[in-house]
Amino acid sequence: MSLKINIPTPLRRLTGNAETVEIEAGTVADILARLDLRYPGFRDRVCEEGGQVRRFINIYVDGEDIRFLDNLSTAVPDGAELSIVPAIAGG
Amino acid sequence: MRFFEGLKCRECGRRYPKQPTAGCEDCFAPLEAEYDYDAIARVLSREVIASREKSLWRFRELLPLDDAPLVGRASGATPLIRAERLGRAIGASNLYIKNDAVNSPTLSFKDRVSAVAINKAREFKLEAVGCASTGNLANSVAANAAAAGLPAYILIPDNLEPAKITATSIYGARVIAVRGNYDDVNRLCTQIAERHPWGFVNVNLRPYYSEGSKTFGYEIAEQLGWRAPAAIVVPMAGGSLITKVHKGLKELERLGLLEEEVHTRVYGAQAAGCNPIVDAVKRGSCDIRPVKPDTIAKSLAIGNPADGYHAAGLIAGSGGWAEDVTDPEIVDGIRLLARTEGIFTETAGGVTVAVTRKLIEQGRIQPDELVVVAITGNGLKTQDAVELARPPVIEPRIAQFERAITGLTARASGI
Repeated sequence: MSLKINIPTPLRRLTGNAETVEIEAGTVADILARLDLRYPGFRDRVCEEGGQVRRFINIYVDGEDIRFLDNLSTAVPDGAELSIVPAIAGG
Repeated sequence: MRFFEGLKCRECGRRYPKQPTAGCEDCFAPLEAEYDYDAIARVLSREVIASREKSLWRFRELLPLDDAPLVGRASGATPLIRAERLGRAIGASNLYIKNDAVNSPTLSFKDRVSAVAINKAREFKLEAVGCASTGNLANSVAANAAAAGLPAYILIPDNLEPAKITATSIYGARVIAVRGNYDDVNRLCTQIAERHPWGFVNVNLRPYYSEGSKTFGYEIAEQLGWRAPAAIVVPMAGGSLITKVHKGLKELERLGLLEEEVHTRVYGAQAAGCNPIVDAVKRGSCDIRPVKPDTIAKSLAIGNPADGYHAAGLIAGSGGWAEDVTDPEIVDGIRLLARTEGIFTETAGGVTVAVTRKLIEQGRIQPDELVVVAITGNGLKTQDAVELARPPVIEPRIAQFERAITGLTARASGI
């Protein structure tokens, strides 16, 4: 059982150029820890030293920003889609 | 001679060559265009600027293009008017309106940013352009892409005003409405930009696009006799315009083109139904808490503003403030500007007018200070926002006219 992670271009160097990776379900924090085990250095690219998600990165679970859910404690069920997306300008 | 040197990360300082780039690959922060200001100072004087044709390209050395612009040649150079009647109505004796409701070619400030982005896309020889948009950027990108002979892929929220959709599709743009709000559209657009080799104006052309907003600030200073205003009120959606207007003023100061140092207090305006940057400023923080937008000011309805962090920091650092206004206050602001100055602005302009009134009432802007209100869009695009009484219909007879006019006069005096 697993879920799909969408990897943004700047992080694909860590994932061997994979656009998406599959990983076991859990909270967002669990998933980032598992990604870091599989791809060393991954978490540091996404999170600041204090563990919070970097200011210019947004994480979505099935299209919803995790800041509207439970942030890093948001449970991500099997079959869900987690997207890591850099912030972009508006218009 | 080239004055634009390359891109640099705002946060970590990493440098990037001139290429389509969304943000810093290390820290994901926005990239800033870098210039050789010493070289610019040697060629750009007030006289040189004044001798050029009236358009935003008067300031071309301060824009990130390497070649001469081919589209958007007439953009910018919009009026700055002394707004005495509006000033009397809201208690400000030294009030000015910078009116981008009459920008060319598509009647909003977005013509400034799109002109830079589409010309840059041509320099990069990109095969197509696109954007995510709340409407005004869509109009402008579609128009400039048509003029450049480039296909345009435009993503919009599905609840956009009909006039803004028509004013995009007419140019032959490939328009797709996405179910959801602007933030949903933006997220999808980022992912599309990773798959297709197109120039997305607000994604991989963002460092170039956003520089176009500086010209709004350059023009205000020039039109005020090479002075920066004491205060400026700017609408905020993603938060980019307000930071770039200030950057523009500081660049002119650095180049020695201004009479005095820049001490402009910067005020940000949002709708109460989408106020994440105002909320941060009022909390004394730069930390943006995203919101789900619910306001008639759709052009400002960005709940997760990418430049909100820098906008909030700039506002606080300048000694300014940020305020929000309700939808009825926005409509009042639109009417007030129309009835005092003869300028019909869209909902975003209603936001800045209503916020300016509030800031004067609060004493944050003094009645005699030189304040500039940014009007960034045209009311013809958001007519549904203002419900007005229908005109009386009469037979072509003078007696009916006299009766009708009595009724209209009574209605007008009851405003």
